[in-house]
Amino acid sequence: MTSARRSISRFDELSSRIGYGIVIAAALLWTVPFLWMVVSAFRPPEQGAAAMASLVPDYLPTLANFREAWASADFPRYYANTTIMCGGILAVQIVTMSLAAYAFARVKFPGRAVLFYLFLAQLMLVPIALLVPNLTTIVHLGLYDTLLGVMAPYFATAFGTFLMRQSFRTIPIELEEAAVIDGARWWQLIRHVYLPLSKPALIAFAIISVTAHWNEFLWPLMVINSPDNRPLTVGLAAFTRGAEGAQAWGVNAAGTFLVIAPLLICFALFQRRFVNSFVTSGLK
Amino acid sequence: MSNITLSRPPAFSLRLGFSPAAIKLNPRAYLLLAPSLVFLGAFTYWPVAQVFWESLHQQNRSHIVYVGIQNFVALAQDPAFLHALTNNLVYAVGTVVPSLVLALWFAVAVQRSTWFNTLLRSLIFIPVLVPLVAIASLFLFIFLPGVGLLDHYLAMLGVASINWVGDPDIALASIIGLTIWKNAGYYMLFFLAGLQAIPGEAYEIALIEGASPWQRMRYVTLPYLHNSLAFVFVIAALNVVTQVDHIFVLTKGGPAESTDLLLFYVYQQAVEQYDIGKAAAATVVALAFLLALSAVSLRRMEQSAEAQS
Repeated sequence: MTSARRSISRFDELSSRIGYGIVIAAALLWTVPFLWMVVSAFRPPEQGAAAMASLVPDYLPTLANFREAWASADFPRYYANTTIMCGGILAVQIVTMSLAAYAFARVKFPGRAVLFYLFLAQLMLVPIALLVPNLTTIVHLGLYDTLLGVMAPYFATAFGTFLMRQSFRTIPIELEEAAVIDGARWWQLIRHVYLPLSKPALIAFAIISVTAHWNEFLWPLMVINSPDNRPLTVGLAAFTRGAEGAQAWGVNAAGTFLVIAPLLICFALFQRRFVNSFVTSGLK
Repeated sequence: MSNITLSRPPAFSLRLGFSPAAIKLNPRAYLLLAPSLVFLGAFTYWPVAQVFWESLHQQNRSHIVYVGIQNFVALAQDPAFLHALTNNLVYAVGTVVPSLVLALWFAVAVQRSTWFNTLLRSLIFIPVLVPLVAIASLFLFIFLPGVGLLDHYLAMLGVASINWVGDPDIALASIIGLTIWKNAGYYMLFFLAGLQAIPGEAYEIALIEGASPWQRMRYVTLPYLHNSLAFVFVIAALNVVTQVDHIFVLTKGGPAESTDLLLFYVYQQAVEQYDIGKAAAATVVALAFLLALSAVSLRRMEQSAEAQS
């Protein structure tokens, strides 16, 4: 019995070590595409197509690919469009979700449960799955080919509302009562009591929202027509198509690097915040 | 201010929202919800209604006529749609099962918070942050037959050149592989969060009882992770239906429709074929697909929401 148990534990240890080894190997494998991107982006174009598949940086790094990428696509404008889009969506979302969250967290009214379910529906009926009718609506509203048209379907957020409601509920009601005695109006309550005390939830939501819309492709592709209004993702896809035609893989890698870099830098700086936010995104 | 009723612990159950004795009509609450409801109405409820209506109608020259289930019949007879549907099924099973298994494996392996584990987590998580389009543009080269990154290194192992996204028999598998790589880190996070909630004693008891790693997984870890699994499954189902960006860049649904997915088909019908009725019918099928995939988990979510409200 004892020896049997000992052999089990030895087998245990061995199998868990192998399992861990495989995870290390997987983590390395997971980084290969990015490693290739970095190595290729800085590779001198003179090395030619044959050298492209190598992951070894056997060269003096050069910015030639970046210069070419920068010249052949209007990246500054794409950055500006994406920033306006993400910022605009987030700003409106903070207003709509705080108001709704306050109602769901602290106000009693008939139909609260029904309305709550109606909000819940958006978690599954995501705007992107409804892209065809939404495009019709955007066209009817005269918002076709505008950034506002890309942003509008995201102005209300069920997820954000639930997150804020959860946070508002943890705030002691006495704080609100004290503020009311001091003569605070309801919007002042939300602005000066509830929102400041919900900073962690707000930050978590902001990270999720900005990442999601920074990365979004299909919807802006449908709404945006003129090159000047393209966000980064749509611009990158057009740019990639051009680079593919020219077999300019180094330039393509550099362009992709330019699009990914801001997110990776933010992640490196605020790793823990990012990870926590993404966990929150599934736990409501 | 005085006409906002603060919610104290309610004297009556509010579960259905209609227990008359507890309710004071409070118009301001509707005012607070109005901004959200305007946008939800315009971009969630209205399009759902519209899509159902459109799926039963057809644009006939200048006027719109009711055609019953004809759009759905047309769908069922369209080989491209059937391809998209079966592809999406294969894609669903092929991405969800392996990525959940991998995610769970990763989570269990790196759950102790050492600096090295934190590094491993980050490396596995990075693809989650990056736009799918950007990833697809990297994989254009990685999947390049002959001279691409994969073939270059596989050739060193003596593997002959493979046309990863150009061969109709392989293309969907390649897309599935890319998707697993992209999403596994996301699901891993939820399992990590779930694992933290498991009391240490549960494992100690299992160890004293001489449980093997497999038994510990089966009888301790998995039961505790039930909630995380339900959440992850819903998110994975959403991803299966809504993530098609890589298809645009890498394959455009080809070769021979082997990587056509439902949402991509919807896009093609609406934007390239201008067949709104068919696009709407396909959207209805996609929504049904989405709801069916997550039906079980969705019920759990509703129950927990009900318990909270």
